[in-house]
Amino acid sequence: MSNRKIRVLVAKPGLDGHDRGAKVIARALRDAGMEVIYTGLRQTPEMIAAAALQEDVDAVGVSILSGAHNTLCPRIVQLLREKGLDDCLVLVGGIVPQEDLPKLKQQGVAEVFLPGTNTEDIVKFLRDNVKPRE
Amino acid sequence: MPETKESSSPVEVEQERWENETLDPALAKRPERKKSFQTVSLKEVDRLYTPVDVEGVDFSEDISFPGEFPYTRGIHPTGYRGKLWTMRQFAGFSTPEETNARFKYLLQEGQTGLSVAYDLPTLMGYDADSPLSEGEVGKCGVAVSSLSDMEVLFDGIPLEQVTVSQTINAPASVLLAMYLVVAEKQGANWARISGTLQNDILKEYIAQKEWIYPIKPAMKLVVDTFEFCMDHVPRYNPISVSGYHIREAGATAAQELAFTLRDGIEYVAWGVDAGLEVDRFVPRISFFFNAHNDFFEEIAKYRAARRIWAREMKNRFGSSNERTLQLRFHTQTAGVSLTVQQPLNNIVRVAIQALAGVLGGTQSLHTDAYDEALALPTDRAALIALRTQQIIAEETGVVNTVDPLGGSYYLEALTQKMEDEALDYFRKIDAMGGMVAAIERGFPQREIQDSAYQYQKAVERGEQVIVGVNKYAITDEQTEVPILVIDESVRTHQLERLEQTRTKRDAGAVAKALDNLKLAAQKNENTMPATIEAVRAYATLGEICSALRDVYGIYEEPAF
Repeated sequence: MSNRKIRVLVAKPGLDGHDRGAKVIARALRDAGMEVIYTGLRQTPEMIAAAALQEDVDAVGVSILSGAHNTLCPRIVQLLREKGLDDCLVLVGGIVPQEDLPKLKQQGVAEVFLPGTNTEDIVKFLRDNVKPRE
Repeated sequence: MPETKESSSPVEVEQERWENETLDPALAKRPERKKSFQTVSLKEVDRLYTPVDVEGVDFSEDISFPGEFPYTRGIHPTGYRGKLWTMRQFAGFSTPEETNARFKYLLQEGQTGLSVAYDLPTLMGYDADSPLSEGEVGKCGVAVSSLSDMEVLFDGIPLEQVTVSQTINAPASVLLAMYLVVAEKQGANWARISGTLQNDILKEYIAQKEWIYPIKPAMKLVVDTFEFCMDHVPRYNPISVSGYHIREAGATAAQELAFTLRDGIEYVAWGVDAGLEVDRFVPRISFFFNAHNDFFEEIAKYRAARRIWAREMKNRFGSSNERTLQLRFHTQTAGVSLTVQQPLNNIVRVAIQALAGVLGGTQSLHTDAYDEALALPTDRAALIALRTQQIIAEETGVVNTVDPLGGSYYLEALTQKMEDEALDYFRKIDAMGGMVAAIERGFPQREIQDSAYQYQKAVERGEQVIVGVNKYAITDEQTEVPILVIDESVRTHQLERLEQTRTKRDAGAVAKALDNLKLAAQKNENTMPATIEAVRAYATLGEICSALRDVYGIYEEPAF
């Protein structure tokens, strides 16, 4: 086991500027000892994937409240895989209707965290699911 | 000022006796449920409030009569006995045709004003066919890219009679121009049009973050609308200074109050610097507050808001015009308080929050629909939300007397505390050189982020209870409320109209109008006349904003 800290990119794709959730999550993950990079607002899937590669992160946390998740999330997963980031987890947080959940997971999203989630549950999910590096 | 106390007042003596004789034995028998009781803003609440807590509050100076300075009890001498608040449900989704139909439905059901929600591309100044708009067209509001869309949006709705509130900020001057041109085409007289433009760009940098240009040119655009409306659309409110989004981003009630009113002061100062006469433009500045869960804290916030505004307009700007001194506001219940879990519980939350808005003397009110934590509201959910207001107005009796909670020891003490906290923030922000400077430093942004985090932690520790979420949760709950789904066909529909518009219009006239707009911006003239000309020529929202971007540049958020 390496002692490498879990590295997470918190990303805010799309045009929406409501970043309360993204910022609270970023701080909670930091407080839990992870290294967190926040992309800032209005990132395209391409920008997010490029940042994930450059920062060599274990997971990307995508915050979406606008309803654009079905367009943006699969594209983020696809771009990460194209860049060879096969183990990089994609987590989604925000307002996502129940019926969209299975499809998102099928498209490679590791987990969707809906409003009301404890930040500790997200920390635990990352600790349990991030693949240890060689 | 109250003098330094040397001896205890009779009530204090009585209170001490009560504590010894009645309270202490009761506490010994049954300790309180918690060590500390806090508002939703995580502020300590005392066990009991008595005249001792309001010793510093003077009836005639601080509370007074409704319709009189400092307006703590309301701006109307008769409260809601004369006129009820305007029931103004925020609506907008999908195509202009769909939203137009929702508007007509709401008016038919007894709603008394309209409020437009625009989609994210519109809010950011992009057309529906911009690559950045993909996946977002018509999702969070109605898609409007040009005058053609606006004509459909208000088809059959007489703008001279219905007041319309538009939630639009960075490109507000463009949407105002579209609105005015549609009104003109309906044959309406601008002098008789009333309504409200949100147009509060400061809270975008602070909280909602839908900006386009850097702060200073953006402020200039706001002042342009003040000046234009003052001269040409005198009954129109060109701004709604908004605490709503500040609160939703995580601010406490006192921070919402402080930052919003300080934003208001900043707008007045910029208007004055531009040579506008205070008593000509400030009477048309309106406000917009949140109604959150903590009932008394919210009511205190509204009462304090009126008192602070009246005093600040008098002391800072020397006004004695009652329309300048009177703070008028819209209220919306707290979207952030709605839960995905057990969504019907939201109906109850909304009712209580709305009641706080009414007891605080709001001029207009939006009640959220119970399904808004899931998606935009369905017709059914939107109707229950409207009915909630109608029940408060028609059945509860709270409208029968003015400021019914005035004089409550708790409420008056809390109102005073709200004012004190807001003034503390004013001092800090003034010392930084004003709100624009404070925002550039990230001050309000950091304060809000910090409060949001503290609140989240309090929820996770179980200190702040959210029914159905961290207490009384139902495991494996199946949410079975129908939700409104907006699919990608909206974008196709919008792209078609946009293409038609681009084909039909006079391209030379558009180019010329956009050049004139740039020129007006470069020469620091009022941009409204040129914006109206561009809109008339069917220049699109994206084209107009892009012309201004060329002159002003774009805002980049600093990291903090």
